[in-house]
Amino acid sequence: MSWEAVIGLEVHVQLATRSKIFSGASTAFGAEPNSQACAVDLGLPGVLPVVNGEAVRMAVKFGLAIGAEIAPFSVFDRKNYFYPDLPKGYQISQFAHPIVGRGELAVAMPDGSEKIVGITRAHLEEDAGKSVHDAYAGMTGIDLNRAGTPLLEVVSEPDIRTPEEAAAYFRQMHTLVRYLGICDGNLAEGSMRCDANVSVRERGAAEFGVRTEIKNINSFRFVERAIAYEIERQIDVLESGGRIVRETRLYDHERDETRSMRTKEESDDYRYFPDPDLLPVHIDQALLEAVREELPELPAARRHRYVETLGLSAYDAGWLTQEPETAAYFEAVVAAGGDAKLSANWVMGELSAALNRDERAITDSPVTPDQLAGLIARLQDDTLSSRTAKTLFEGLWAGEGEVDEIIEARGLKQVSDTGELKAIVERVVADNPGQVEQFRAGKDKVLGFFVGQVMKATQGKANPKQVNELLQEALKP
Amino acid sequence: MQPFTPLAELARGLRDREFSSRELTRSFLDRIRDHSATLNCFITVDEDRALAQADAADQRLAEGSATALTGIPIAHKDVFCTAGQRTTCGSRMLANFQAPYDATAVARLDAAGAVTLGKTNMDEFAMGSSNENSHFGPVANPWDPARVPGGSSGGSAAAVAAGLTPLATGTDTGGSIRQPAAFCGVTGIKPTYGRVSRYGMVAFASSLDQGGVFAASAAEAAVALAVMSGFDPLDSTSADQVDPWLNGLGDSHLAAPAEAPVIGLPRQYFEGLQDGGAALEDARRTLEEAGCRFVDVDLPHTDAAIPAYYIIAGAEASTNLSRYDGVRFGHRCENPRSLEDLYRRSRTEGFGAEVKRRILTGTYALSVGYFDAYYLKAQKLRRLIQNDFLAAFGSVDLILAPTTPGTAFPQGDLTDDPVAMYQQDIFTTPASLAGLPAMSVPCGFADGLPLGLQLIGPHFGERAVLETAALYQQHTDWHTRHPEAYA
Amino acid sequence: MADIDLPHLCRLAQLALDGAEADAARADLERIIDMVDRMQAFDTDGVEPLAHPLGTAARLRPDEVTEQVDRDRFQALAPAVQDGMYLVPRVVE
Repeated sequence: MSWEAVIGLEVHVQLATRSKIFSGASTAFGAEPNSQACAVDLGLPGVLPVVNGEAVRMAVKFGLAIGAEIAPFSVFDRKNYFYPDLPKGYQISQFAHPIVGRGELAVAMPDGSEKIVGITRAHLEEDAGKSVHDAYAGMTGIDLNRAGTPLLEVVSEPDIRTPEEAAAYFRQMHTLVRYLGICDGNLAEGSMRCDANVSVRERGAAEFGVRTEIKNINSFRFVERAIAYEIERQIDVLESGGRIVRETRLYDHERDETRSMRTKEESDDYRYFPDPDLLPVHIDQALLEAVREELPELPAARRHRYVETLGLSAYDAGWLTQEPETAAYFEAVVAAGGDAKLSANWVMGELSAALNRDERAITDSPVTPDQLAGLIARLQDDTLSSRTAKTLFEGLWAGEGEVDEIIEARGLKQVSDTGELKAIVERVVADNPGQVEQFRAGKDKVLGFFVGQVMKATQGKANPKQVNELLQEALKP
Repeated sequence: MQPFTPLAELARGLRDREFSSRELTRSFLDRIRDHSATLNCFITVDEDRALAQADAADQRLAEGSATALTGIPIAHKDVFCTAGQRTTCGSRMLANFQAPYDATAVARLDAAGAVTLGKTNMDEFAMGSSNENSHFGPVANPWDPARVPGGSSGGSAAAVAAGLTPLATGTDTGGSIRQPAAFCGVTGIKPTYGRVSRYGMVAFASSLDQGGVFAASAAEAAVALAVMSGFDPLDSTSADQVDPWLNGLGDSHLAAPAEAPVIGLPRQYFEGLQDGGAALEDARRTLEEAGCRFVDVDLPHTDAAIPAYYIIAGAEASTNLSRYDGVRFGHRCENPRSLEDLYRRSRTEGFGAEVKRRILTGTYALSVGYFDAYYLKAQKLRRLIQNDFLAAFGSVDLILAPTTPGTAFPQGDLTDDPVAMYQQDIFTTPASLAGLPAMSVPCGFADGLPLGLQLIGPHFGERAVLETAALYQQHTDWHTRHPEAYA
Repeated sequence: MADIDLPHLCRLAQLALDGAEADAARADLERIIDMVDRMQAFDTDGVEPLAHPLGTAARLRPDEVTEQVDRDRFQALAPAVQDGMYLVPRVVE
């Protein structure tokens, strides 16, 4: 039997506000336990929530970026359940009237193709605190620093079909929120987390299968692996005649498996109702327009532009636009005169490798876009060969000076003086009569030997194309 | 020092240095001590703190930077947080809770130089109409100690009625200022929802709770209300609305309304009245003689108010009280065996029977399968009730109605019958649901027990309410009668 | 009579009522629900629910850090803390 998976993701995006969504406490990560939990975050008696306008703005920005309808009035509801990391016994969220309605995301797939994934809605809510389970004998410690951090929960349509698509969607979401500047995108610190709803069905079936929800996945790799595991598990269960139980599962990345947390036989009764401490959030036309003005060029538009006006491949365009800083760097190289295709090659190749090797961010690159553009210009005017260009790059990386200084200091200039080169070529031909005879007898491969000899004699500074032409000339019978 | 001295005279005496705030405060603290055993209207009295505030007020009075309330004693319902002092809300759950912050209303009164005598007794979490639901014991009615003072702000109403404080704050969710004011023969106002900040006021039902004040007259209540009220950025539901009239009140006497108001009499409020029909008829005549005109108005959804109120208030309370889980503050059971055990025993031990009833009622109304029939239905009725008032205020300036169906009832009479107890709120819950300003003013007696009339105004119509009440009090002396044992 | 699933409500509300207390609570709840069922007699078709008495919108706060947290003061209120953490009986996930 042939199976097909149906996947929907709920991505929780921590919004990069300075203060919390309903209080004036700091959202900075990594502080001492409970040192950033104020009276509102602790749910002390009598204190009240007040909405952070910046969180609302960021949600609107996201909504506009996915082409969604922004609700003129959205409502904060209480989602009621008891848990120690939820200080008030309810989470303030948006249930019936979310701020962002239906939209869509154009996802760049690794092969350069594009997949449109529908977004059902996005709503604002507050994050919970954290439980620490192993540090206290028989007890769990509760740190409420994270409680009240603004979250935008983005719910996708069940449009995703493979673990690869899920990972690409999550990555695209990451790219988008970083372009918008509404999230720092730091997955290790939990700035983006996702829940995956997974079901399988016979290929071609109209109905969805019973789904499970995998909670709290926080890396691109784990999204793919957790879903892949879960699809396989569900297929195994079904093929051995079993039934899928609707439940919440947890992905254990060390064992690379998902396991059941709790079943949802009795549907949760969260008793959502409008939070009476808060009034509806009104988004008027003026705010909408002001936020629209702030929208940057979005990843998909930039991707398309790179292909259509810069002539890059879809793959390269996708690669370069994934991080806004990379795209900005690339565009600065092009703006400084770098040929688009060569600029792309150098950013994706030499620069990226050096950054990885030295664990540096592109914003912290020792080689500036102007320098890289200068390097490319010297390649194009035949001052450099691709080999000497790499040497120049190393010099720039090491901070040895500007492009022409290093070319000079390291003697990297390509020998393209035809007279000088012609003399060298003639000498090499004269010194190797045996190989000349072989070439003339039809052994074309011997040409490589001559090129090598010329390069050796010029310490690699000869223009290979010119060398080739001159050799062809000199070797003619 | 004579108890029941009018506020304006106290303020003048302080300003003219006839007596100091310390002396005035001392005299009230002594009265509180003398009567605490019979009335039980205070949960906390902090003499040192009160006297320190009095000394600071005396300093201000000497410097000439005093306001109308500088050096004037006041008591706060124990639902208002006062930093560094316990705030119990009448509950075992918060028996040892010391808020690290002041309620905005308290902070404003403090800043004006008022002297906090202590924290008054109340129904637990402000849930009740008799003050019999307090972890700290019931409060007696100064007019008859065998009777209830009303609730939930029973301690504040009784304290003002017995002359233990000239002013006391209260909160009103469905009548918790007006009903005890009526039962105790004092003046009490619940302002428009949003007028007084709810910040630092322990929540019962957030869309209904509103702070207010008890005093001996409308004029005195207005002085305190002017200080307590105003926009507060810490409360999202605080009205961002300046009222120059209210802010400019100071200690000036309330003037009679510039134009005598047209007052509506809602038929629905006079059906089923046990006591006070005659007193209300007298009140109407008095006001007519003072120039007011009366017309009948129709508030057809009045009967829906109690059910809608108990659903909405219960629903909001059920989740407002989820934060009392024994983790970060408040009562925690001994040796919890598990998280569930911690939650269940802490909450079951910490809350009294009425609070549990409200939580369960609200949980029921919000749960799957009942939400539409109860919570949503109640919200729709809330709309219709508000619409009734809005329509009525199209043709009248104010509405006059009884505050309660009868006079103060004997303690223990209704404790076994929550539904009968809830019916006590029949005339007060509609204005609460609609968010309207409303006050209760003494208007006579039945069998030696005080009666109250209620004036209800349109949103932010405190001026008409207070000025009309003052007009009434210029022509009557019910508000100057005091229970014999305390005179 | 109203159908009250008291154990379910108690679970949702984290209350533990047993024996006589549960019986009394159920009886009271039944009477309360019967009383509020008076609402059902009113026609509310097409009526917009009213969640809040004032028909205004939320005021949005500027994104500023205004709270300096005095953890010791807050934790002095707590029944059990250690190393700045609030403690609860061990939670198994």
